[in-house]
Amino acid sequence: MSANPKISIHGLGKSFGPKVVLDGLDLDVAVGESVVVIGGSGTGKSVLLKCVLGLLAPESGSIKVDGQEVVGADTETREKVNRKFGMLFQGAALFDSLTVWENVGFGLIRAQGVSRGDARRIALENLAAVGLGADVAALYPAELSGGMKKRVALARAIATKPEIIFFDEPTTGLDPIMSDVINDLIVKCVHELGATALSITHDMASARKIAHRIAMLHHGKIIWSGPVAAIDRSANPFVDQFIHGRAEGPIQMQVRA
Amino acid sequence: MIFLAAIGRVFIAFLQATGRIALFTAVSLSHCVRPPWYPQLIARQMLDIGYFSLPVVGLTALFTGMVLALQSYTGFARFSAEGSVATVVVLSVTRELGPVIAGLMVAGRIGASMAAEIGTMRVTEQIDALTTLSTNPFKYLIAPRLLAGFTMLPLLVIVADIIGVFGGYLVGVHKLNFNPAAYLKRTFDYLEFVDVFSGLVKAAAFGFLISLMGCYHGYHSEGGAQGVGRATTDAVVSASILILIFNYGITEIFFATR
Ligand SMILES: Nc1ncnc2c1ncn2[C@@H]1O[C@H](COP(=O)(O)OP(=O)(O)OP(=O)(O)O)[C@@H](O)[C@H]1O
Ligand SMILES: [Mg+2]
Repeated sequence: MSANPKISIHGLGKSFGPKVVLDGLDLDVAVGESVVVIGGSGTGKSVLLKCVLGLLAPESGSIKVDGQEVVGADTETREKVNRKFGMLFQGAALFDSLTVWENVGFGLIRAQGVSRGDARRIALENLAAVGLGADVAALYPAELSGGMKKRVALARAIATKPEIIFFDEPTTGLDPIMSDVINDLIVKCVHELGATALSITHDMASARKIAHRIAMLHHGKIIWSGPVAAIDRSANPFVDQFIHGRAEGPIQMQVRA
Repeated sequence: MIFLAAIGRVFIAFLQATGRIALFTAVSLSHCVRPPWYPQLIARQMLDIGYFSLPVVGLTALFTGMVLALQSYTGFARFSAEGSVATVVVLSVTRELGPVIAGLMVAGRIGASMAAEIGTMRVTEQIDALTTLSTNPFKYLIAPRLLAGFTMLPLLVIVADIIGVFGGYLVGVHKLNFNPAAYLKRTFDYLEFVDVFSGLVKAAAFGFLISLMGCYHGYHSEGGAQGVGRATTDAVVSASILILIFNYGITEIFFATR
């Protein structure tokens, strides 16, 4: 791991009322590295991303982006740091008052001062990269299927060519072929643009393809992290259970028969 | 003891809410006065608040002016002061009923839709998405609405004043058989600048309050469709109450010492 991580998270704690979600979490992401976080549903993966983006305020710990502390940072610092980020929300979070291409071009127009004409052209290129044609560009988000929304959200996240991209379940709800197209796209972002990526996925095939490193979140901490090639010989019963999708094991799902 | 604790809890909750609203107002105002502004967004809100509220406000103002003429005529007839109808109508409409009726109607129309729109954006993470796209939600969503509310309500109230006085004129001339010229003369003889001006100051304050409550409740809504519904109700109720409170306060500032 390089000496100066792009993102450095230490002792991060976040609770909602009595419910502890993140409990002293540590995670470093190196420049140009692609890390995938895996973990059971509701373990706090999305909360982790939102803490780094400043959308949720953690109770304890430190988050450094390029060495700059962002926990408790003032609005100005926060806005400056946020310019480095692109985020694909788990629920797409498209602006439903804007058309598809305006969604994709939003960051270009608002934050980078690109003209509407150029933004539209770049938006169409990005839409094409996620397999959506020009006919979709003029539609409103309400007129799209779930998988199409996800792809538009992905196009929006990468349109500004951010240094750091967060993908929250990029392939959930897509067919297997489109999933693979998206995986290739994410790999391309990291390789060609040199972006640093932090992704969340339940899809192990996707994780193996896009990750340099996989980290497993359980009970508010990263309990295992290692190169993607090592995932099958982690010797960690939690990881083994998760990647093989077994109901029996150390991770107990709270269900009643 | 339990009773006292309950009172204390309510009181503390009230103070907390007041503090939150004050903070929200301060942040919003700081974005209203600092560039960049988004003229397009402001224009769209102005259209929505000003132009599309015209039918509702015009209709309520018309009937308010009409009923005012009828009521004051039948009431004043008891002590033979029917001649004051025109004056009573114009003073009531410009000072009180124009701004209050327009304010309450716009609170129902605009306050609710602002809370619903911003609330939906909150619960579907669109506000979070704005932030990650380097766009401050206060600047993009809230400042345009506050500016539009503040500027459009006075214009609406000018229209409401005119239509309200016209409603009184219609009833006065066609039903109560006043001489048209005499009615108009009585309307303008006693009207002072401050009557209209105080009404417009009220309108600007109400417009600001309506937008503020719509944005505040929308911005802080949580918990899906139910939360958005609650935000909508809260926005309308709180804006209506604040309008009536501020209405008294502004009236006192303008007229109590005269
Ligand atoms: N705004 C919130 N208020 C209260 N609790 C929350 C909030 N957001 C998340 N939580 C709680 O935090 C926990 C973690 O949520 P999170 O969305 O991070 O899960 P996740 O790991 O992303 O799960 P999934 O894989 O299903 O998306 C959940 O138990 C959830 O109930
Ligand atoms: Mg999640």
